[in-house]
Order: sequence, then structure tokens, then C-alpha cells
Amino acid sequence: MLKVEDMHVYYGAIHAIKGVSFAVNEGEIVALIGANGAGKSTILKTVSGLMHPRSGSISFCGQDITHTDAYKLIRTGLAQVPEGRRIFLQMTVQENLDMGAYVNKEVSQKDLDMVFDYFPRLKERRKQIAGTLSGGEQQMLAMSRALMSHPKLMMLDEPSMGLAPILVDQIFDIIKELHKAGTTILLVEQNARKALQIADRAYVLETGKITLSGTGEELASSDDVKKAYLGG
Amino acid sequence: MQIIQYLINGISIGAVYAIIALGYTMVYGIAKMLNFAHGDVIMVGAYISFCVTNYLGAPAWVALIAAMAVCTVLGIVIEGLAYKPLRGTPSLAVLITAIGVSYFLQNAAQLIWSSSPKSFTSIVTMKPISLLDGQLVITGEVLVTVAVSALVMVGLTLFTGKTRTGKAMRAVSEDRDAAQLMGINVNRTISTTFAIGSALAAVAGVLLCSTVPTLQPTTGSMPGIRAFTAAVLGGIGSIPGAMLGGILIGIIETFAKAYISTQLSDAVVFSVLIIILLVKPAGLLGKQVQEKV
Ligand SMILES: Nc1ncnc2c1ncn2[C@@H]1O[C@H](COP(=O)(O)OP(=O)(O)O)[C@@H](O)[C@H]1O
Ligand SMILES: [Mg+2]
Repeated sequence: MLKVEDMHVYYGAIHAIKGVSFAVNEGEIVALIGANGAGKSTILKTVSGLMHPRSGSISFCGQDITHTDAYKLIRTGLAQVPEGRRIFLQMTVQENLDMGAYVNKEVSQKDLDMVFDYFPRLKERRKQIAGTLSGGEQQMLAMSRALMSHPKLMMLDEPSMGLAPILVDQIFDIIKELHKAGTTILLVEQNARKALQIADRAYVLETGKITLSGTGEELASSDDVKKAYLGG
Repeated sequence: MQIIQYLINGISIGAVYAIIALGYTMVYGIAKMLNFAHGDVIMVGAYISFCVTNYLGAPAWVALIAAMAVCTVLGIVIEGLAYKPLRGTPSLAVLITAIGVSYFLQNAAQLIWSSSPKSFTSIVTMKPISLLDGQLVITGEVLVTVAVSALVMVGLTLFTGKTRTGKAMRAVSEDRDAAQLMGINVNRTISTTFAIGSALAAVAGVLLCSTVPTLQPTTGSMPGIRAFTAAVLGGIGSIPGAMLGGILIGIIETFAKAYISTQLSDAVVFSVLIIILLVKPAGLLGKQVQEKV
């Protein structure tokens, strides 16, 4: 479904991604783990078209999207829940969802019901300004907003960041539910333990390069991964 | 009675500043740049209206629509040619370019229409209303200007609050990357903003010259600066702020001219701005937004 080949990405002179190749197949949950600064967010931003690679290629559902701009990609079924949620803080919850449905032209009640089904708390807060929501609610809103466009592939960048453990569990449960409902997932996490638990396959990223890959179980039991990311 | 007459005059010119300030504030809010050429678009709008009425003999509403159409296109072209290539560069580069565009428009106007002032015929035909045995006079221009600026403010508020495009503009204003992830074409949104701002500038130009009937290539520059002051005073990026700021600046300017000195009126206006910004740095109705890291 998603195929990245020998991708190099720069920030000016900084060589942030140094020849990364990976793939996500339809129906999978794939995790990308790695320490802070490894380049996980850069990879997601490049796949979603907010940045472009200097070399290498990216294809999605058989289409070359290496140089496609972000605003066009969402129409092909690729959605990203960015790091730090990036909801529109001055807009209401409802307006954020309206923006999520921007590509559908109209916001259907059916779609709203779907996201409120996943996140009932948002329904009560529809008219509230998004900036007044708690961190967990903001993450829920960011995910709901991405769901409004019915993505085939949803990329989540550190959805558990800054959340209390109980909320982290909730968010991961929802990710599993979304997956069951047919959405393919590419998950970026520093919380390697949780990510490897739900992932079919995973990649380990170190300073811009993929150093390990395998099934979630394989990596979770690998000594290297245990030492570096699972606290021994 | 004199004081009330000044107040009315102040509100009237302030309403023109408000329309200009609304354009300033929209462009600043969404494109995150100070379009210093905005005042000169006003001047172009006034010249177009002048030509259409004087040389083609067309009625006032045709002149107004022609001015709006020309300025809309002008706004889109300026943005596309001068500002869009600079997207992502330091804001100082954009600011200097905007000043360059401002001079370019003034010089082009001088070339086309010469620097000698033209006498602009008001587009308002309504008779003045005389109150209290003629002690107070409310001209048709005052009524039309105030009504139009109120209409523009309400219209923009509804547009940005209720329509799909308007909400997309607010999304772009808050977070460009997140807006793109929603499928919003940021370049087109910014272009639309310039189109709306410039159409408003044309309306402001026609109303300005209907109130103060001398038209020359520099006509837009001082009102442009005062309107910018108004936008900052009210809280840049805020629609009601621009309206409030515009009216206040108009009133302050008129009173300063009447009671202090015509030469010093702009100094008074800027002093008020500085004092208010010391007390409320985000402006009267501006939101205190923390800088993103
Ligand atoms: N806007 C930027 N400008 C310059 N360098 C950046 C920028 N964003 C990230 N980087 C650098 O790119 C590398 C990868 O960053 P990032 O993708 O954010 O890592 P991660 O998401 O894995 O924490 C880091 O070394 C970081 O310093
Ligand atoms: Mg990151």
C-alpha cells in the first residue's frame, strides 16, 4: 500500500533521513520506533507531502507520490495525525471536525456519529473551543479530525505523548478498533513497548537509518531493542 | 453642537479606515504579512472609479464594480508575483518587497494619470440631513460609509465563521501545515484572501474620495498607514478590532485636527497607539497568543 524506497531528506544542510526504505501493506499495523531526534516525524512529514525528499521515491496504492503536495494526498486516502496534535486551538471542536471533512465538501451526520461513537467525550464538547480541551481530549480530536476523511492509511505521530497511562491505554484501544474496522495504520512512537504490542511489523530507526525490522513480537524480544528502548 | 459634528465626521472617516483596516487585518491574519501596498490599491480603486465615471460616463455603481474587479485582479497578481515567491523567507524580505510594491503602484499611477490632483465626484447622491435647524449636518457620504463598513464587518464575520472557505482561512491562519493535512490548498487560500482584501480596498478608495474629493497617486498612503495603525490598535487579525480601531482613529484624528493642530494630528494618532500598546500589547480586542516554538 505504502512503499518508501531509499529516501533521503534534508533540512537545509542537515541530512536528517539517510536512505530509508520500508513498506506498509494493506491491513497492517506497522510501528516505527526510535529515540527522540531519530527522524520519525521527518519520515511522516515527507510521506504526507509536507516535505519532499531530495532523492528516493514514495508510492501509495500504486501511485507515485514522491513530489505530491500534502493537500492533494489526503484525497487519495492518506491521513496524518501530526506530532503534538496540531488541532486548531481557536476553533470549536465541531469546526475542527468540519476541517477534517474539508475534502468531503459537506460534513455528514453519519461521519460525526462515527467519530462520536469512538470518542463520546467529544460529543459533549462539540461547541467548546478546542484550546480548552485536556491533552487527552485534544488527541482524540486530532484522531477524529483525521477520521472524517475516511483514510485508507492513517499515520499517527506519537499519539501517546504527554498522556497519563490510562489515557494511553484508551488511545491504543481505539487504534486497534480503527484497525479492525479496516484502516491500515502506520504508528510512530517513543513508547516502544506499547507500539510493539499492537504492531504486526515494526522498524527501528536510529539517526536517520533503519537498523532493525521484524514482527512486533520479534523486536519486542530482541536483546538490542530491549536494551535500547524497553529499559533492559 | 460643534463637538457632536466633529464626532460624526470622525466616525465617518473612521468608517473608511475601518474598511481598509479589515483588509489589512485579514491579509495579516492569514498570509502573516504586512501588505504595505494595501493603501496604494485603494488609490488604484479610486482612479478606476474616476475614469469609469468621467471618461465612460457610467453610473456610480458600475464604477464601483469596475474598481472592485480591477483591484481584485491586482491583489491576486501582486500576491502571486511579488509575495508568493518569498513564502518561507524572513519576514523582513517580504516587508521590504511590500514597500517596493507600494512605490511601484504610486509611480505607475503617476505615469498613467500624472501627479496633478483630480477632483473626484462623490458617488453618493443622497441629500444631507439637517438636524436642529442646521446646527448638525449628516451628509449622505457619512451615512453610506458607516452603513457599508458595518455591512462589511458583519459580512466578513459571517464569511469566516460560517462558510467552508472562511473556516479554511481561519485554519490556514492558525496552522498552515495542519491545514494542508486537511486538504486545504494554502496558496489558493492566501490568494483568495488578497482578492477579498483588495476588493474591500477598492470600496474604501471610492468612499474615501467621496468624502475627501482630491485624488492623486499618493492618496492611499496616509489613509493606509492610519488604517494599519487602526488594525494594530484594535488587535491585528481581529475583525471587530479593525472596525473599532478604525472608528477610534478617525475620531481621534478629527478631534486632534480641530482642537490641537492639523499638522500634529498624525503625531497624536501614533501617540495614542503607543500608549494603548504599552497597556495592551495585543491591541484592544486582540487575543494574547503565545509564540509557537
Ligand atoms: N525544522 C527543522 N530544522 C532543522 N532540523 C530539524 C528540523 N526538524 C527536525 N530536525 C532535525 O532532524 C532530525 C530528526 O528529527 P525528527 O524527525 O523530529 O525526529 P523524531 O520525530 O524521531 O524525534 C533531528 O536531528 C532534528 O534535530
Ligand atoms: Mg517526532
